[in-house]
This record gives sequence, C-alpha cells and structure tokens, in this order.
Amino acid sequence: MNDDTSSKLTISPDRLEKKFADYKPLYTESEALIEANRCLNCYDAPCISACPTGIDIPAFIKKIATGNIIGSAKVIFEANMLGYSTGRVCPVEDLCVGACVYNDLNYSPIQIGRLQRYATEKALEKEVSTGKKLFPRNSRKSEKKVALIGAGPASLACAAYLALDGVEAVIFEKDGLPGGLNTMAVAPYKFQTEDSINEANWILQHGVELKTGIEIGKDISLEQLIDEYDAVFIGIGLGTDSRLDLPGSDGPGVWGATDLIRQIKNNPDFSLPEDLNTALVIGGGNTAIDISRELAMLGAEDVRMLYRRSRKEMRGYDHEIVGASHYGVRLVENVTPLEVVRHGKKVKALKVSSTISDDTFELPCDWVVEAVGQLKHVSDVSPEIEVDEMGRLIVDSETRRTAHPKVYAGGDCINGGKEVVNAAQDGREAAFDMLKSWGISPSLHGKKYFKSFFTYNGH
Amino acid sequence: MADLSVNICGIESPNPFWLASAPPTNTGEQVMRGFDAGWGGAVWKTLGEPIVNVDSRFGAVDYSGTKVIGFNNIELITDRPLDANFKEIYEVKKQYPDNVVIVSLMVESKEEWREIIKRSEDAGADGLELNFGCPHGMCERGMGSAVGEEPKVLQEITSWAKEFSSVPVFVKLSPNVIDIRDPGIAAVKGGCDGISLINTIKSIIGVDLDTLVPKPSVGKESTHGGYCGPAIKPIALHMAAVLAKDPQINVPISGIGGISNWQDAAEFLALGATTIQVCTAVMHYGYRIVDDMIDGLNNYLNEKGMRSTSELTGQAIPGFVEWGELDLNYDLIAKIDADKCIGCGLCYVACLDGAHQCIHTQKGPCHAWHGKPDHGFGPRTEVKPAVWHDGGDTAMSHVPFVDEEECIGCNLCMLVCPVPDCITMEEVSQTKVKESWADRVAKSRT
Ligand SMILES: Cc1cc2nc3c(=O)[nH]c(=O)nc-3n(C[C@H](O)[C@H](O)[C@H](O)COP(=O)(O)OP(=O)(O)OC[C@H]3O[C@@H](n4cnc5c(N)ncnc54)[C@H](O)[C@@H]3O)c2cc1C
Ligand SMILES: Cc1cc2nc3c(=O)[nH]c(=O)nc-3n(C[C@H](O)[C@H](O)[C@H](O)COP(=O)(O)O)c2cc1C
Ligand code: SF4
Ligand code: SF4
Ligand code: SF4
Repeated sequence: MNDDTSSKLTISPDRLEKKFADYKPLYTESEALIEANRCLNCYDAPCISACPTGIDIPAFIKKIATGNIIGSAKVIFEANMLGYSTGRVCPVEDLCVGACVYNDLNYSPIQIGRLQRYATEKALEKEVSTGKKLFPRNSRKSEKKVALIGAGPASLACAAYLALDGVEAVIFEKDGLPGGLNTMAVAPYKFQTEDSINEANWILQHGVELKTGIEIGKDISLEQLIDEYDAVFIGIGLGTDSRLDLPGSDGPGVWGATDLIRQIKNNPDFSLPEDLNTALVIGGGNTAIDISRELAMLGAEDVRMLYRRSRKEMRGYDHEIVGASHYGVRLVENVTPLEVVRHGKKVKALKVSSTISDDTFELPCDWVVEAVGQLKHVSDVSPEIEVDEMGRLIVDSETRRTAHPKVYAGGDCINGGKEVVNAAQDGREAAFDMLKSWGISPSLHGKKYFKSFFTYNGH
Repeated sequence: MADLSVNICGIESPNPFWLASAPPTNTGEQVMRGFDAGWGGAVWKTLGEPIVNVDSRFGAVDYSGTKVIGFNNIELITDRPLDANFKEIYEVKKQYPDNVVIVSLMVESKEEWREIIKRSEDAGADGLELNFGCPHGMCERGMGSAVGEEPKVLQEITSWAKEFSSVPVFVKLSPNVIDIRDPGIAAVKGGCDGISLINTIKSIIGVDLDTLVPKPSVGKESTHGGYCGPAIKPIALHMAAVLAKDPQINVPISGIGGISNWQDAAEFLALGATTIQVCTAVMHYGYRIVDDMIDGLNNYLNEKGMRSTSELTGQAIPGFVEWGELDLNYDLIAKIDADKCIGCGLCYVACLDGAHQCIHTQKGPCHAWHGKPDHGFGPRTEVKPAVWHDGGDTAMSHVPFVDEEECIGCNLCMLVCPVPDCITMEEVSQTKVKESWADRVAKSRT
C-alpha cells in the first residue's frame, strides 16, 4: 500500500489492541469465489441503494468472480476511496447486507463487506507487487488548491478525489496520526491502527499533502485558510467525550469511552490493571457497546452496560448488542448514575437510581466508563460557522457547501456522528462540487457513478 | 418397486444404467466395484492395438463456481495389453454373470476385426460396441470418428462385425456429423443390433491465458479433444430422439451424453433409449451415484404408475415434432407471484434487454422522467399493474409486474427468476382449435 515517495507514518507495534483477533478475516480465494458466485447480480440492486456511497455492488462482486480483482477494486474506489476501511468497519447488517434480496428468500445474505475487503486488499497488494497504480497520478495540474481540516475519513476521501484531478490538497491534522476515528476509535477486532495508517498512506500517495500537529483555530485560523486557498473542507469530526461530572468522578478509574478506547488502540504504554474485575459502562450507543465488548475480550470478568431506559430504546445496533453479549457483557436497564463511590483513591462502587422506581443502590465496581456521546467542537475552529440546535455544522444537503461559498464540510461534524461511509460520501460530494464549480469534470465521476432510481429505506 | 430390468437386443440387464466405455471401465477390478455399487452393465474401455497416451489429458469447464459442467479429453483407447483386458473380462463375467459386459472395439483391417471379435466372445462378452466415435488421435489413423463420419465405411465395417460375431453388435456413433441419421441409417444397413450415442464432441476446452496454450496442455501444445459431461446433454438428447423417431432406425438405442442423475436418464428413456451409459459423472463423483439413479427412477416410475422401465421408453417421442406442426394458437403469459418475489430485478432486465419490454417496475428507471411506471419506451397499452404493492420505498416496491397485453409468453423471465415457482406461465389461448404452420400452408394451397 505504501509508496516510497510519501512519508511513511508508523506506530509502535506493542499495543493492547494487538491482542484482538480479526473477527472477519480476509477471505481466502476459494471463500471469495464461492461467495461472489452466490450473488444474483440483481438489476438496480437494493444493496446499492442501501450503500451511502452507492457502490455498484453486483458489478464489483461479479468482477471478483471472473478473477478481475483490479477492475473490482476500481469499481469500489470510484464510488468510495475509503472502500478498504468501510469494507471492514461498516455496519453492513444495517446497510447493504441488510438490503440483500437473499434476506427475503430466508437465505444468508451476501457478505458484501467481506468481499469488498477481499477485492480492495488484494488489489492494493497487487499494486505493490506489480508497481502498477490503480489510479495513476493525474499529470494535468489545475491551479486550484484546497485546505482540509482534520485527517479523518471525510477529509481523506475529499482530498483523494481532488488530488486525482490535479488539485493541490493539503490536510491539516491536529493529531500526530491521520485516519481520525478509524485510527483512534474503531473496534480493534474490526480494524487496527496500522490498517488505518496504511489506508491514509495510500490516499496520500495520490498527491495529497498531510501536515500533522497543526490545530486550526489555534495554530492557524480558519480565516487564514480561506484567504490562502481556493476552498476549505472542514472534516473535524466530533470532540472529546461528553462527561457526566458525577460526584467522585475526578480521579483514577473513571474514563471517557473514546479516551479509553484510544488508550487501548494507540498507547504502547497502556495496559489494564491486573485486578480489574468489574467495569460499568454508562450509555446505550455503539461506543458503549464497543468498549464493553473490548473490555470483556481483554479479560475483565464482569462488564455491565447501564442504560437509563430499556434495551428497545438503545441507539446501538442490535447486531452489536448481540455480539457483545457473546463475550459475557450484560445489560442493566432503567438505571441512571448518581455518584462514584471511592475507597480512598480507588473506585469502590457506582451509586445509581432506578428510572422506573424510587430505588437507589450501589453497584460495586473497579472502573466506570462514561459513553454518553462526544462534544461538538465546531466553535473551536471558528466561532463564526453556523451550527444547528444540535451543534452540527449546517451545509447544503447536495453539495456539502456551507453558507460561506468557499467553505465545505462533511462527516461527523455535519451529521452529529454517523459512520465512516457517510463521511466518505460527504467528502466525495464536496470534492465533486468544488471540481465542477471550477469547470473540472471529475474523472472518477463519469457514467460509473451509480445513482439508483430506487431509494432503499430498509425493511 | 417398479421393474427396472431391461432387455436390449436379447441381452438381459438388471437395470438400464451402464458404465460407458471410458476410464471407469478400464480394468476388471473397477468394473466389479461398479457392479457392486449397482451398475447394471459396463461397456469395457475400447480395446484395440494398445496405444501410448499423453499427459495431461483432461480439461473442464467450470461455470459460476460449479465445477466440471463440461469435460474434455484427449485420451485414446486402452493403453493396457489385450491379454490382460481379456483375462479380466473373463473374470468379471465369471463372478458377475447377471451383469452385462459389452466389449468396445476399435481396430483397422478386416482380419484384425475377425481376430478381436473372436477373442471378445471367448472372454464371455455379452455384446460388442464398435467405437466409431472417438474424435481425436484414432481418427487420424483411419479409425474412430474417421469411420463414424463416413457412412459407407461405417456400414461396411459394421457388416464385417456382424459376419464374425455371434453376440449382439452395437455401433457407437460420433456426434461430429451434420445429420446423425446418415451414420445411424448406415449402421442399420450394416446390420447392427443396436446403436449407442453419442460419443464426444470435437472441442477445445479453453486457453491458458498465462501461457496462451490451449488446454489441456501437453507441454507447450495441445490438440482438440472430445467434449462431454452435463453441458452436452441437450445435444445428445436431440440426436437420440432423432434416431428414435426415424422409421428407418428399427434397432434399440443406448443413450449417452451428459447423464448425471436419474432425471437425465429418464429423459433419455422417454426420448427412446432402452439403456443409458454414463462416463463423466462417474469420473467426477464415483460409482456411488448409481444408488440415487436406481432409487430416483424407481420412485418416479411408481409415482407415474408405470410398472417397468420399458413403459417409459419412447413416451416423449410423439410430442417431439417438426416446428411446422406446432400449434400457433397456443398462448401463454407470465405471472409473477408477488408474495414470493424478492425484488432482484432479473426478470425485468431480461425482458427489457432480451425479450419484449413488457415487465415494468412501479418505479422503473424512467419513472423519474416520465412520471409513470414504465421503462421509458412505454407500453403500447395502458398498463394496469396486476400487483400494486404499498408503493413505498421498500424492497417490495421492486416487485415488477407483467404487461399482459404485451407479453409474448417466451419463458425468459421464468427461466432467470431465482425463486422457485415465483414466475409461472399461464395458458391464455383464445381458442382450443389447433392450427399449425403446416395447416396454414396446406390451407393456402386449397
Ligand atoms: C468508538 C467508536 C467506534 C466507531 N466504530 C465505527 C465503526 O465500526 N464503523 C463505522 O463506520 N464508523 C464507526 N465510528 C464512527 C466513525 O469513526 C466516524 O463516523 C468517522 O470517523 C467520521 O469521520 P470524520 O472524518 O467526520 O471525523 P473523525 O474521524 O472524527 O476525524 C476528524 C479528524 O479531525 C481532526 N481535528 C479535529 N479538530 C481539528 C482541528 N481544529 N484542526 C485540525 N484537525 C482537527 C481530529 O484529530 C481527527 O483526526 C465509530 C466511532 C466511535 C467513536
Ligand atoms: C477420458 C475419456 C475417455 C473416453 N474413452 C472412450 C473410449 O475409449 N471409447 C469410447 O467409446 N468412448 C470413450 N469416451 C466417451 C464416453 O464413453 C462417452 O461417450 C462420452 O464421454 C459422453 O458421455 P458422458 O457425458 O456421460 O461423459 C471417453 C470419454 C472420456 C471422458
Ligand atoms: S442484493 Fe444481494 S444478491 Fe442482489 S446484487 Fe446485491 S449482494 Fe448480490
Ligand atoms: S414471457 Fe417473455 S415476453 Fe413475457 S414477460 Fe416473460 S420475458 Fe417478457
Ligand atoms: S426475477 Fe423473480 S424474484 Fe426477481 S424480481 Fe422478477 S419475479 Fe421477483
């Protein structure tokens, strides 16, 4: 995946994350062929409409079946330059796979994500072994240059499509590593930091420049970027963990969920305490489910999620809840936390009250993890940008352009926190709108850009 | 239990299932295991002057992940000494007197035929099969399909064999001819007792795209081979039926070509075969496949109320007619069962691009432009959807419907639909009075 011309970003290999096995390993060739041949090659397939980036799924699957791996990967990347990570991290059960017609036949649906991973991973291996680029760098240079804020999926996708059409794309990232939450947060049994960095390196080699350690709004102002560049793309995602500020929460043993996940994934010096027995995770979303499962898989004996309403109301995906329960994660419904009870410095219990009765009780524990959302931090970049009542940056739904004609935005900062694939789609739409506004017709757009006439809304 | 035993040219066989002359009948040990598995008879791997075979010999066509839908070989006749073969034939017949052993033969001169036929009979052969079919290697030496493709020569050699033989003589035909009746009638004129068909079809199975050498490769070269296996069944069925239908062919037929299971076998029987022979399916899965062939045929005959295999033989022949005799007044339309449909769109695109543009979706691609549910070219009549689902953006709004006025009843949609019995063809004939093209021509003459 790497390119000798791009600076190779790396990370120390000794991390807790490495203990996790890949839960959906790369298909072998015969597995891929069997699965690919099973696809019916539907016409105007519902799986396509269910993909936020509209990848022509039957087309790439049938190319796997004919042994045309390069062609297959190109179909994917043309619609989604982050097709490699999305193949591994997308909640496919709720997207393409959930829409596969085989569900209606009561057959197991096509494993689209795994085939997508197979095609992209094999093609990128081939790219290295043959030295032949899937997307050779465009020789024609435009005069335009774009600054992108944040090196998460949204910016990476946007920058890739811009660079392929000769636009100078410069990403400013406040962190030391690119990839955004793909690097810092996505569950390690799906995708690990090296995978994310490799993907970012691959995008960079198409002529994208990355400047790390620069925070826009602090080191450089947004206004300065607007002045110096032809357009600015804001892909800053969400901020740090929201905190409950419970009495007793200051001190060791109480975590914000994404902070803890980042320790597991990225920090070589981090390990779980030997005596970690009970961890209580507050929250009902996917981040709460992820960290619960991760702690359970790392050996915490007793992991419980505390949710203020019942399972029905939980925001987390059903398939993820079931997945966590396989590792012994339990759910405590209808409770709300009141106070962290400490014995000296050490956490002893979490005091909670029932939301359906007047009961109050203490749940003994060693750790408390708060997974109650991430802060919105658009105002850190500039207090001028318009946000909605939920703190989301406001953009045009087609073009991803903000009220400022030179400023675009996409990803979690406009949708309040969805998936990598939504960020990738925003990045592409913004890039296409910029290109078109400069009279450049996007080279990967063309007729291959599949737009379904059916819109799929799930079952 | 239906009576599966058959009598062909006076030879009694416990069932109609025979192993074709090919690798599964190379040796006595194999044939005996085949009989143990349940095969009623075996046609011994063709004997002649032993030859030298090449490596590799076989190639296959895989389709959409299904292995060996077609098979091809460049193997010749037996490469083992004649003495060994005859000794083993003798041994098999001694141990399995109730099973049929037919000895397949291919030699050149009249003297050689006299000699090898005598030795076959001495070894205990129940019958002979003259291999006039092998389309590679042997034909270049003036044998095999070189004979099968030349009716005069075929007739003459058949008459020699009849002259020397006291057991029934089958002639195995090559399909590599323009009209299978030519060699068929020649064989009958030569006096044969039965006809076996088909042998393999001349073929190149593929090209190795790395080396650009055709397959199967022998070093840096290859040669044409003989094609067989499931893919050739329709060709073989047609040839068997043409002979069965022809009044000049008054001898029984042993059907061969692409038979893998009891259904294939039953189709050959229905189109006039008395016994059937199998090669590729056994090479793929082993002798054990005969178990379900026996069981399945028996159950089928019982369900149909037929007491014996012979009641099935030829049943489909009256329905096999010339195109000009078909009823022009017989009309069908396609019906989609909306409850079974999974919305894959395959019928839609098949009819749109490959048939008569008369399947529509409620929100077909051009709906957005025309504001009406059609494919853009527009049905020539007002479309009244047979099924109109909730119309919402759900998978079920993909359920297509057929414009019954426009449907020409071609079957295409039904053939491509992946859901069993989801699309059915319904008869909507305006009249039950049959009128064929031949009738119309006859009428116009009067
Ligand atoms: C725990 C967790 C698990 C998840 N699991 C999945 C999953 O399995 N599948 C899935 O599809 N999605 C998952 N997501 C969601 C997914 O990661 C996000 O939707 C996606 O990463 C959003 O991309 P983005 O580019 O908008 O933002 P981010 O990925 O958040 O990237 C934003 C980047 O901008 C940088 N940045 C922020 N402010 C500035 C600034 N002022 N100056 C410079 N740089 C800045 C940040 O450091 C970061 O690198 C998960 C999220 C979490 C929290
Ligand atoms: C490897 C191989 C060798 C064969 N050798 C002979 C042979 O020696 N004599 C013969 O009459 N037919 C021979 N055949 C043809 C088969 O007997 C049979 O006619 C043909 O394969 C079609 O039947 P199938 O579709 O069941 O294989 C051979 C076929 C194969 C595949
Ligand atoms: S819906 Fe399923 S079967 Fe149809 S094209 Fe998509 S993956 Fe293939
Ligand atoms: S039977 Fe033929 S013409 Fe009629 S709907 Fe089906 S494909 Fe179209
Ligand atoms: S082919 Fe069958 S299942 Fe598919 S849309 Fe047509 S009727 Fe429905």
